[in-house]
Amino acid sequence: MSATPPAAALELRGIVKKYPGTPPVHALAGVDLRIEDGELAAIVGPSGSGKSTMLHVMGTLDRPTEGTVLVDGRDLSRMGDRRLSAVRSQLIGFVFQQFFLIDGMSALDNVGNGLLYSGTKPRQRRQRAAQALIRVGLGERLSHFPNQLSGGERQRVAIARAVVHRPAIVLADEPTGNLDSRSSESIMELIHELNAEGTTIVVITHDHDVAAGLPRQISVRDGRIEHDSLSHLSRRASLPEISHSGAVK
Amino acid sequence: MRPTDGRVQKSRLRIGDVLGVGSTGLRTRKMRTALSALGVTIGIAAMVGVLGLSESSRADLSNKIEALGTNLLTVSPGGGFGGGDGVLPEDAVAKIRRIGPVDEVADVVELDVSVLRNDYVNENRTGGLTVVAADLGLLGTLNGEVDEGVWLNSASASYTNVVLGSESANRLGIESVDAGMQVFIGGEWFTVVGILDPFPLAADLDRSVLIGMDVATALFDSELNPSIVYLRTPSESLDAVRGVLAATVDPAEPDEVSVSRPSDVLEAEEAADSAFTSLFLGLGAVALLVGGIGIANVMVIAVIERRNEIGLRRALGATRAHIRRQFLTEALLLSTLGGLAGVGLGATVTAVYASTQEWEVVIPPEAAVGGFVAAVAIGAIAGLYPAMRAARLAPTEALRAA
Ligand SMILES: Nc1ncnc2c1ncn2[C@@H]1O[C@H](COP(=O)(O)OP(=O)(O)O)[C@@H](O)[C@H]1O
Ligand SMILES: [Mg+2]
Repeated sequence: MSATPPAAALELRGIVKKYPGTPPVHALAGVDLRIEDGELAAIVGPSGSGKSTMLHVMGTLDRPTEGTVLVDGRDLSRMGDRRLSAVRSQLIGFVFQQFFLIDGMSALDNVGNGLLYSGTKPRQRRQRAAQALIRVGLGERLSHFPNQLSGGERQRVAIARAVVHRPAIVLADEPTGNLDSRSSESIMELIHELNAEGTTIVVITHDHDVAAGLPRQISVRDGRIEHDSLSHLSRRASLPEISHSGAVK
Repeated sequence: MRPTDGRVQKSRLRIGDVLGVGSTGLRTRKMRTALSALGVTIGIAAMVGVLGLSESSRADLSNKIEALGTNLLTVSPGGGFGGGDGVLPEDAVAKIRRIGPVDEVADVVELDVSVLRNDYVNENRTGGLTVVAADLGLLGTLNGEVDEGVWLNSASASYTNVVLGSESANRLGIESVDAGMQVFIGGEWFTVVGILDPFPLAADLDRSVLIGMDVATALFDSELNPSIVYLRTPSESLDAVRGVLAATVDPAEPDEVSVSRPSDVLEAEEAADSAFTSLFLGLGAVALLVGGIGIANVMVIAVIERRNEIGLRRALGATRAHIRRQFLTEALLLSTLGGLAGVGLGATVTAVYASTQEWEVVIPPEAAVGGFVAAVAIGAIAGLYPAMRAARLAPTEALRAA
């Protein structure tokens, strides 16, 4: 067998996303992007630039109008809704700005929900959820309900839920958007730690300070990648005369 | 670690977890759960209660019919034009006895005297009680029972002895026969030797006091024209006997003789009862329908309110089918709770009401099971549309901040 290069955690090829309307909105207008296993990357851009749309397409929550998405080397374009659900249940973890914890459930059960749709047995769910909660520093809050937790703690529960099933990639949409600056800092610290332990993470943010703290920044404007700190560096090294290099901050 | 080969395993929700997932919404909103299940509870309770009560009263009626027998006929004067003197011919009993299939015949003769507790009570005060001379076979013919003391026999019937109908005993204030109680009948003292149980369908006798034929003629100089004749005949010849009775008793004026079958009255009551039952069953069905609409309504609201939860679950890997199952389970749990409560409530109402009526308590198992099944079916129907709506919601749409 010929040696194939290891699959990227995530790859977007020629992604276009149009929303119908007059005129139609080109939320994504041709995006190519490769996130390697173990990376920690920021997608940064102003409001309305297409970041959330990109995250939805990456996370199989929405289909692109054109282009191919590969998660862990698997082409999503031919998969039906059930297969896509299966991909999310095993390969992807989500963190949202609004946390989206279920009110009537303890922190432990909320995290256990991350294993619910892979058919994991309740006992094992509780065990692994407890481990994940201990990992994010909430070992003392297992049976607390969301309304008994601070914003920062709620986001930690959500992060534990996103990693409890050991996904190929974690997608975080404005994870610090609803938090004060101290909680934000500690959440970003946690994200760094999880990445250091091997989790691939993409953080979407409109906050340039948050983005600047991460190893790779991909800036988006009007549905296009305007700048990628990684390709900028690598292309400067190998392809000095690259044409679209502009707009460096 | 996760497998690196091409296959991703299907999303899967364990059966036990479907219940857990379907009940979270109910557990966190207990008040709303109770209120929205209430409609179904009332509907089912109404249906179970109505069926239970009608079965219980039917059981009571058929006990009565059985006690009375459907082969009892009565012959009494009147019925035709002209009124007449309100008595049957003196030889009526003898004539009836001559009709082949007739088994038992007994008559009573109403006497024109009154009964008093003692000799200084004004006669008008104990009005409403009748004094009758009874054939000794009366108790047997009517399947009557003695509550206290004894029934008249050929010896005691010749003397001033009296047996009280149940209602008469009440009105005269006589509860036992031990003390040699006496009552004052037509100016003579009579000793109370027995008190009867109520007759299933001869309330007139319950309100009378009964003395022997001989003592009646001796003391009150009565003519013995029967006021009413009771007779029994085998069921198969009942119609034939009924057809010839009037002409046999009074060949000259058969129209002046009225023949009836007391059990017909009870059977008519039973039929009326079932018409009533259908009406209430209909009302119960309407309540159940309204309950179902209530559940559908509450589920539609839940789907709108919990849009974000639906989006989150889709993001966690739930398929459309899993979401549909969750909300369908929720609706089914709601209606099942409502149904169980309704069956319990309906059974309790039946038991309590039937006991106050001294009926045998009958809760038909078909009603209980049927009510429960109806509740579950209502839940399934009511939950279907909201569950489909929840499942059709696109994940990105569902995740959008409210
Ligand atoms: N469901 C939709 N229908 C129509 N237009 C949409 C829809 N979702 C997003 N858009 C549009 O697409 C563009 C990108 O939106 P979004 O990806 O949410 O941006 P960001 O997350 O960077 O703020 C915006 O102009 C937005 O109005
Ligand atoms: Mg956004």
